[in-house]
Amino acid sequence: MSTDTSLVTRSHEENWLPIIELAVEEVFEMMVGCRVKAAAQSEHRTNEEFTAMVGLAGALCGLLAVCCDTKTAGEIAQRMLGGTVDSQEQVADALGEICNMIAGNFKNKLAGTDDRCMLSVPTVISGGEYSFHSLADGTCLETVLLFEGAPIAVRLQLES
Amino acid sequence: MTPVTAFAQASREENWLPILERATQEVFEIMLGCQVTLAEPSEHKVASGFTAIVGLAGALCGVVTVCCSAKTAGQIAKGMLGDMADSAGQAVDALGEMCNMIAGNFKNKLAGTDERCMLSVPSVISGGEYRFHSLVKGKSMETVVLFEDAPVGVRLQLQN
Amino acid sequence: MDAITALIVDDSSVMRKIVERSLRQAGIELEKVMEASNGAEALAALQSNKVDLILCDINMPVMDGLEFVRQAATVDKAKGIPIVMITTEGSESHVVQALTAGARGYIRKPFTPDQVKEHVLPVLGKKQ
Repeated sequence: MSTDTSLVTRSHEENWLPIIELAVEEVFEMMVGCRVKAAAQSEHRTNEEFTAMVGLAGALCGLLAVCCDTKTAGEIAQRMLGGTVDSQEQVADALGEICNMIAGNFKNKLAGTDDRCMLSVPTVISGGEYSFHSLADGTCLETVLLFEGAPIAVRLQLES
Repeated sequence: MTPVTAFAQASREENWLPILERATQEVFEIMLGCQVTLAEPSEHKVASGFTAIVGLAGALCGVVTVCCSAKTAGQIAKGMLGDMADSAGQAVDALGEMCNMIAGNFKNKLAGTDERCMLSVPSVISGGEYRFHSLVKGKSMETVVLFEDAPVGVRLQLQN
Repeated sequence: MDAITALIVDDSSVMRKIVERSLRQAGIELEKVMEASNGAEALAALQSNKVDLILCDINMPVMDGLEFVRQAATVDKAKGIPIVMITTEGSESHVVQALTAGARGYIRKPFTPDQVKEHVLPVLGKKQ
């Protein structure tokens, strides 16, 4: 998609869901070495024990979050690192990197190599009892993908 | 001060903590009509009931977080909204907006309205049990202010 | 192909492991892998170690990847060592900056081992 058409079609944000899904699929395929597939959100509830998020700023303002349960986060980290995972911190790092790459991949597909949208640094929340609220008041696009049968929720929340 | 000289001076990171402190105090003064005093981080344990996060992207890349107890978040909301404050959800919004304004105020003091540094959208984590992990590997600085005698922690973590 | 010594420069320990794994999966034989978490550490490592290949992120604290590439070009012990950038930064301006500074290749994350092979073998003077 060229830069000119991509930013102009901001008004067609409903078209972005397939782009997000493709961005996620590519990252998992290349970096985790496995295929994930989009699933019906209504059928899969994500236990959000890990939430990685990265901010988007500039022409696109919002955040992208990747959520999954502890077991899935650990498996993702193991697959990425190709071996044992030493600590919870490594799991958080791995999920944060995945989130960063998904956001970067999505941004590049949408905006090409446009400098007008930039990413902040990922942060990861983990725990048994927390709620995550975004103050983005615009479009919210969500997709659920299955990683070895376990649901991973990916949300893009944009400022209006 | 031009953006170029602002950034040149800002490269002296030891100057940034006072800027963060001043940015925080000004936001409390303007939005809540109250003066907050600086406190020693080591002497005041900040409760993590609510954590607001906003990303910085571009020339300054990192995150700003504002952390306090649920009760303090509620008091901040009351201070901002006055009689209109009537729900727990507003505490989330209020803290998110405070974080956004502190980050914006800090950024403007450091770099003016230079578009090379932009903010993403704030998000707020609330709950009884969670851990916050940032993938920022660079400089971290923290200030604690006392709002109605309760500590509010403001942290800036920069990647570059 | 002879085994090489690679220096991987990234502030994320997770990414450093992933890059090493990708090099091995790309069929590049590694005699030794050194790691640095920023450009300054990488320059220090180059003072006392012989390195055949450097893979480097851009966004790092203390000294970022672009500055590292610029400085490496002026340091005797670093001159001539091929540097390939591996980074999430995808903009054309970043690519141009990196290559102008002296990087010999640029890989965007996410990446496959094949992409690593495609960018790394030529700079090592090897055919695929």
